[in-house]
Amino acid sequence: MSAALAPAHESGVVEAILAARAANEPLLIQGRGTKAGMLRPVQAARGLSTRNLTDVSLYSPQELIISAGAGITIPDLEAKLAEGGQGIIAEPPDLSALLGTEGVQTLGGVVATNLSGPRRVAWGAMRDHVMGVRAVNGAGEVIRSGGRVLKNVTGLDLCKLLTGSYGTLAVLTEVTLKVLPRAELTGSLLLPGLDAVQGVAALSAALGSPYGVSGAAWLPADAAERVPELAGRGAVAVVRIEDFARSVEYRLGRLTTDLAVFGTPVLLDDGASRAAWRAIRDAMPLRAEPGDAVWRVSVRPSNGPAAITALEATGARCFLDWGGGLVWIAGPPALHDSVMATALAGRGTWTVLRAPEPMRAAVDVIPAEAPALARITRRVKAAMDPSGILNPGRLYAGV
Amino acid sequence: MIAQPPPKADIIARRPEIIAGLRALVPASGLISEELRLKPYETDGLPAYRQIPLAVVLPETTEQVAAVLAFCHKNGVRVVPRGAGTSLSGGALPMADSVVIGLMRMNRILDIDYGDRCATVQAGVTNIGITNAVSAEGFFYAPDPSSQLACMIGGNVGMNSGGAHCLKYGVTANNLLGLKIVTMEGDVLDIGGAHLDAAGYDWLGLMTGSEGMLAMVTEVTVRILRAPEGARAMLVAFDANETAGRAVDAIIGSGIIPVALEFMDRPAIHACEAFAHAGYPLDAEALLIIEVEGSVAEQDDLLGRIAALCEPFHPISLRVSQSAEESIAIWKGRKGAFGAVGRISPDYLCMDGTIPTGQLPFVLRRIGEMSDAYGLKVANIFHAGDGNLHPLIMFDANLAGNFEHAEAFGADILKLCVEVGGCLTGEHGVGVEKRELMRVQFTDIELDQQRRIKSAFDPDWLLNPSKVFPLVDMPVTAMPGTAMPVAA
Ligand SMILES: Cc1cc2nc3c(=O)[nH]c(=O)nc-3n(C[C@H](O)[C@H](O)[C@H](O)COP(=O)(O)OP(=O)(O)OC[C@H]3O[C@@H](n4cnc5c(N)ncnc54)[C@H](O)[C@@H]3O)c2cc1C
Repeated sequence: MSAALAPAHESGVVEAILAARAANEPLLIQGRGTKAGMLRPVQAARGLSTRNLTDVSLYSPQELIISAGAGITIPDLEAKLAEGGQGIIAEPPDLSALLGTEGVQTLGGVVATNLSGPRRVAWGAMRDHVMGVRAVNGAGEVIRSGGRVLKNVTGLDLCKLLTGSYGTLAVLTEVTLKVLPRAELTGSLLLPGLDAVQGVAALSAALGSPYGVSGAAWLPADAAERVPELAGRGAVAVVRIEDFARSVEYRLGRLTTDLAVFGTPVLLDDGASRAAWRAIRDAMPLRAEPGDAVWRVSVRPSNGPAAITALEATGARCFLDWGGGLVWIAGPPALHDSVMATALAGRGTWTVLRAPEPMRAAVDVIPAEAPALARITRRVKAAMDPSGILNPGRLYAGV
Repeated sequence: MIAQPPPKADIIARRPEIIAGLRALVPASGLISEELRLKPYETDGLPAYRQIPLAVVLPETTEQVAAVLAFCHKNGVRVVPRGAGTSLSGGALPMADSVVIGLMRMNRILDIDYGDRCATVQAGVTNIGITNAVSAEGFFYAPDPSSQLACMIGGNVGMNSGGAHCLKYGVTANNLLGLKIVTMEGDVLDIGGAHLDAAGYDWLGLMTGSEGMLAMVTEVTVRILRAPEGARAMLVAFDANETAGRAVDAIIGSGIIPVALEFMDRPAIHACEAFAHAGYPLDAEALLIIEVEGSVAEQDDLLGRIAALCEPFHPISLRVSQSAEESIAIWKGRKGAFGAVGRISPDYLCMDGTIPTGQLPFVLRRIGEMSDAYGLKVANIFHAGDGNLHPLIMFDANLAGNFEHAEAFGADILKLCVEVGGCLTGEHGVGVEKRELMRVQFTDIELDQQRRIKSAFDPDWLLNPSKVFPLVDMPVTAMPGTAMPVAA
């Protein structure tokens, strides 16, 4: 593959795509490439990176809105937002340790993969906060959708379509996000010694309370050992509150009472709580050996315990976030069939985050679609990328 | 005035045959073909436009919807999906050669799971019907359009509807987990489910707000939330729109996101007060209704902070509700706003643009100038936290040309919304009403891109084809069947 192009302006993205289209040569679309090992490998003649599109064109804290080039790094974006006391709502994880990648992820990469962290259970996914995009489609046309306001139903919502499309439909050049104030304080409540079924029942009770729980995870003992703030207590259920200081105190108190049937909780203060949830966000509790594959499975929360039990029986290592609805899994690549079966049994989906390249090229890295939907997928791909030059095969073989 | 594309002559000619074909697919009472009984379906919440459809079908199951769509697809018959028909943008307006598929008979709640915090309902369940089904357990469905007693969840998905509380809880799109949809070809597909993140393209997000142009929705899985411990409102009045706007900035800038933050201008205050006797100060230029949630102590804390944040802007009155009853009284005026304006004017148009919140004073000043120039009164209601502006333009349809005049005024307001960085519609949809204005917000290339995506779902343009996109001068697209005949 020849050297990646990394234009400093959107017009350069247009030129690169037009040239690739004229030459009928596929492009590998990337930010900083930290997610190159996710899903299927792309066969491309050339790379096209958005890493140099880093301008913040608008930040209006009182309107809860920021617009930035797709190439801005997440740490730079967070630093900008910190000036207004705000942050990214969906808490995107930094998976570099888990994926064994170098470098920092970009806004475009997080949006293109719709990567959300623990707060997703209460406040929505990345896709819920993408208010506007600028992008270049596979015909080299600049397309805007949404805008810089919080409520907008004008026309088809291409922001949602492009979020999570892994660069297969268009190259994001600028993204406008809804942001929110950072919580004054966070605090967590640990319930030690619960098995997966009891643990998810506790998380469900917490999430079904009126106290605005913004994080709900269950870790088996070996996973909890890998997070200093959670270690030494066996398996733990963890529940987070983020709010004004007074509310955090009050709400943790109420939860302590309401969850008494699950045992006597241990409270984590602001610092410990932030550290623990950063670790959970980044999947640090998951031990992945060098040859291992890593999956994320999304199921109905109450199906989480059955999923984890089935997978642990095959030798996989796992933990649960999103109230039981997100199963993080690491294990030998050969477990892929078990992972698929478990996801289907839990009426959910799977995503291969990391695996040896031959496996990624050979298996369904996400579930195959029903034939009628697969037909629509191919037509939508053709409607946005008529020559099939943007990240071909990234999601599905031949698309 | 809004044109309809010319009906397909062959479809009109084959009407008896098409009706006979449809009759075989649904229960006898589910097919309506007599002129008199078609009448109630001729319009929606934008009654200025009316058109009797070819026929109305009221299926009771997803299978019947699939059979009807497959039949219409085979016969080249256009289809207009319909929920309760409360669309304010003419989204459910029939065409003369179209079959309206109404889902009001699909009104069953299929599953409620408090542990997983979700409910699956048929598309014809009303918005309030979901909350009513789960409220005994202390849960609710968050998006709460003012039409929630009537409008249906399928229509909410069609329009991506919002409500007074979406500043905190988001709009319809943010509260959905899964859909059962039927394509124009009659294929039944499950999108998403009861899990949080589906893999692959975000069909759920694309379907939401697609105004019935991509597929029909027959079942919806929504997130249900545990209701907060309590909620309370306060009322703050200012002597200028600018000052109220600055107070809103100060509140949001302080890190407090109230669950609702509503703004009314002077004409709206007067209309609502005359109607509801909510105790609104009549000497105010601008009024904010601010609601917070939590325990009583938390409410006190937040309302106290907000009152302190308003203080530097010298409110001419500030009333913190002391009880649930008083909060209801404060909301009563705002919730009755449409009725209130309906009482002081024979007719009104409800507009729905969004603006960057900081532009509010400028936009209200410009709307005031336009109101003088057009000689039509306007009252403004504004979801101040998220920038969604509802000017209610008053007119008298019995005066010749008055409606067209009001429409032109409305179009000018929406153009202004786009000019200041906002958009044509925040929650009511484009429908037929704002179709021709789409050019103000989008380039031809962008519109063509959206049309090609519609074509990917509905290559023959049979599903609600006269909505959202400008009819005239449609650029030729890559997909076959996309170019609609231009209205005469
Ligand atoms: C008094 C009043 C107050 C209102 N207040 C609000 C408000 O606060 N917030 C707000 O957002 N809106 C509001 N609206 C607008 C309207 O109620 C919403 O747009 C609502 O979601 C429409 O629902 P419906 O069931 O009436 O759908 P309809 O009007 O029947 O249809 C709406 C659109 O969805 C499509 N559609 C309907 N059902 C389906 C289906 N099953 N599958 C596919 N497509 C379908 C239709 O073709 C149409 O394009 C208000 C309307 C009125 C009259």
